[in-house]
Amino acid sequence: MDNAIIQLNHITKKFDGEIVLDDITLSVKENEFVTFLGPSGCGKTTTLRIIGGFERPDEGEVYFDGQLINDIPPFKRQLNTVFQKYALFPHLNVYENIAFGLRIKKMDEKTISAKVERMLELFNLKNYGKRRIDQLSGGQQQRIAIARALVNEPKVLLLDEPLGALDLKLRKEMQHELKAMQKQLGITFIYVTHDQEEALTMSDTIVVMNEGIIQQMGSPIDIYNEPENAFVADFIGESNILDGVMIDDYLVEILGKKFECLDSGFGRGEEVDVVIRPEDLDLTPAGEGKLEGIVKSVIFKGVHYEMDIEANGYEFLVHSTDMAPVGTSVGLTLTPDDIHIMKKGD
Amino acid sequence: MVRKYLSKIYMGIIFIFLYAPIVVLAVFSFNESKSRGHWTGFSLKWYIELFHDQDIRMAFYYTITIAIITAIVSTILGTIAAIGINAMKGRQKALILNVNYLPVVNPDIVTGISLMILYISFNMDFGFNTMLLSHIVFSIPYVILSILPKLKQLDVHMTEAAMDLGATPMYALRKVIIPEIKPGIITGFLMAFTLSIDDFIISYFTKGEGVTNLSIIIYSMARRGVRPTINALSTIMLIVVLLLMILINKRANGHDKSKNINRSEV
Amino acid sequence: MKDRTKYFAYPYVVWIIIFIALPMFLVLLYSVTTKESNGLTTIHFTWENFRSFFQPIYLNILWDSIYLAAVSTAICLVLGYPAAYIISKTHESKRNTLLFLCILPMWMNMLLRTYAWMTILGNNGILNNIFAFLGLPKVNMLYTRGATIMGMVYNFIPFMILPIYTALSKMDKAVLEAADDLGANKRTKFIKVILPLSMPGVISGIIMVFMPAVSTFIIPQLLGGNKSMMIGNLVEKLFILNGDWNFGSAISIVMMVIILLSMSIMNKFDVDKEGGARLW
Repeated sequence: MDNAIIQLNHITKKFDGEIVLDDITLSVKENEFVTFLGPSGCGKTTTLRIIGGFERPDEGEVYFDGQLINDIPPFKRQLNTVFQKYALFPHLNVYENIAFGLRIKKMDEKTISAKVERMLELFNLKNYGKRRIDQLSGGQQQRIAIARALVNEPKVLLLDEPLGALDLKLRKEMQHELKAMQKQLGITFIYVTHDQEEALTMSDTIVVMNEGIIQQMGSPIDIYNEPENAFVADFIGESNILDGVMIDDYLVEILGKKFECLDSGFGRGEEVDVVIRPEDLDLTPAGEGKLEGIVKSVIFKGVHYEMDIEANGYEFLVHSTDMAPVGTSVGLTLTPDDIHIMKKGD
Repeated sequence: MVRKYLSKIYMGIIFIFLYAPIVVLAVFSFNESKSRGHWTGFSLKWYIELFHDQDIRMAFYYTITIAIITAIVSTILGTIAAIGINAMKGRQKALILNVNYLPVVNPDIVTGISLMILYISFNMDFGFNTMLLSHIVFSIPYVILSILPKLKQLDVHMTEAAMDLGATPMYALRKVIIPEIKPGIITGFLMAFTLSIDDFIISYFTKGEGVTNLSIIIYSMARRGVRPTINALSTIMLIVVLLLMILINKRANGHDKSKNINRSEV
Repeated sequence: MKDRTKYFAYPYVVWIIIFIALPMFLVLLYSVTTKESNGLTTIHFTWENFRSFFQPIYLNILWDSIYLAAVSTAICLVLGYPAAYIISKTHESKRNTLLFLCILPMWMNMLLRTYAWMTILGNNGILNNIFAFLGLPKVNMLYTRGATIMGMVYNFIPFMILPIYTALSKMDKAVLEAADDLGANKRTKFIKVILPLSMPGVISGIIMVFMPAVSTFIIPQLLGGNKSMMIGNLVEKLFILNGDWNFGSAISIVMMVIILLSMSIMNKFDVDKEGGARLW
């Protein structure tokens, strides 16, 4: 915990009596790229706004660099925010937008000019200084919003779904650019998104949130491979989530069939959620699989086919490079390590 | 095609209807005799006499002075109030907005007599001050109503962004909020000015000894016959307004054009 | 941070209590007290002021005011809607000029413009001169109810044109194209799509014309002579000439109630239309 730059202790927040954040505790290390991931209304933006100082927690403490900052207003905090729709100042040109924070610090014109020009260069926006904000594309506005924050050399940069308004191609480009920039500048990034793919690509640590509670915190690989509950499994990547019953350690019954698995420690006869990733299911000729089913639909996805296969009354989502036409009977197989057992959520 | 001509003829008739009295006024301000309705020859004498007509000059002075002070004061007070109201929520906000709305929906005559009763209840002397105060009272709601939509349009994160960059709330207000809502403030200012300059009813009930405005003078003359000097003054005022509007329009258009050029470069 | 910004409104709250709420309260107080009330100690409450208003002479004035205002509003709508429609169809380059021409007259003193109509309509006025020139008989136009109605239409028609224009110009072009696409002819398109969608503009136009029309006292006084005493004239007379504030206040309250009532009815109408636009 010594090198934690941001530390949240038991943060609770209510809006009009409704709990938005329920006892959130987490720490962010220096130079880390942390992503808050979750569906809308899960509390991720509120958490970010509490760190930024725009909301006050009802309970709990916020530490910045070891210092309690609950009562510090946003304009005295050494962190900067990139807002969802950028919140650029339309009455100021590009140069003045970036210089805004520096002018408040009463820097001399020469220093300001040097800093702003360096930012413009860094973001490939040279010669754009005199432009009005409404003359820029979404991608350019995005860069200026980041430049405006970074020019103040914050220790932590907060980003609230900064790529949400961009089209897919630009979003991919910016994801790489942002990640590269974070590494180059050595600044802590706290990033909010509802896009799981974005989170997986960019983050060092992902915090999955739902209904004001942290569901799981870990590296992208951990979160994807070892989801702690059905919500995380479902939210990160696509999943088949089935009801199962533990027969014994390493043995689970799903859809009336017994499967070997790698999980133990559950009670006998305990009802569990079973998560199976669509790419872990393999097709076999009819009669040779662990489960027998009928293909309901096939969509070509480029690298693989996406199929709905109904077996034992459950419609499995299957990603496979093999393809079986609609209406044919097929078998499905899976190995013990493809089966993820989770405690039933409340 | 026929439809197009019909449209043109229709708009022509509407504009003749709207401008007939104005043309009559303007034309008769150059009439030699005092008679209205009879053209006796061209003359500029009413324009010359305008400079010697003490009543009209005083009324003009009061009208303009009150309009300028009203516009300035109600714009300042209205802007501050609008910013505050915008930050309010729920029932409190609804109540204030409704009361604020009263002078707008109330007949002017009701606003006029209610203020008159107020001033008498407080033993105030009727005159310049009561008239000015009344104008400010009924102008502020319009200023607020023209600024509030601009505040609503404002990106909710705009103030936060400024504070995030180190601006104190006051600095954010001065450097971000006020510049952003400027169009609304200007509209409000012009509205207050126009309402004040054009008001008759409320001034009529709150005027005092020796203080009149143009509307009141015209009203008092209407039955006996309005002096053509008033026609001359109004013609001058209308031409000034017209020129100002054309100037503002030209500037706005020029601005738009330069913007478009820049845009095409991108 | 927004929490603290709301304190900006507090001085204005004090202001509206003193200059808007208190005066209205005083009017209400006068309307329910007797003339003899001179202070808090001698105050006498009474319904007499309202009761005396509900006598045939006064009620007739009230109905007449509502009738004249309603007729003027209807004429404004009939004349103003096509004008707003034509403006909205005009090419962009000319549209602003047309709008500007609709607003410009309002920059000239209203009393003066109304007064100019006296010059035009009078027995020896311009119109009668033209009639005489054409060999037509003299027509008595000034100091009639017709002149009052015309004066109201003249003064308030811009308030009808502008909101209707705004509603029409805000209309999504794609909706109109969709109507074409679905096979609506011009007539159907207008009746089933354009008219219902412009309803909010029509409603605010009606409110903005009816309100000043029903309470005006200058227009009937200048153009109507003594032929049409409207409720506004009555209030003015009671306050300025008779000094009967109590009765005058009662009538003001009645006037306010009528306006607030018609506004809420209109607003309800508007909501219904928006909600049930498909019924058309």
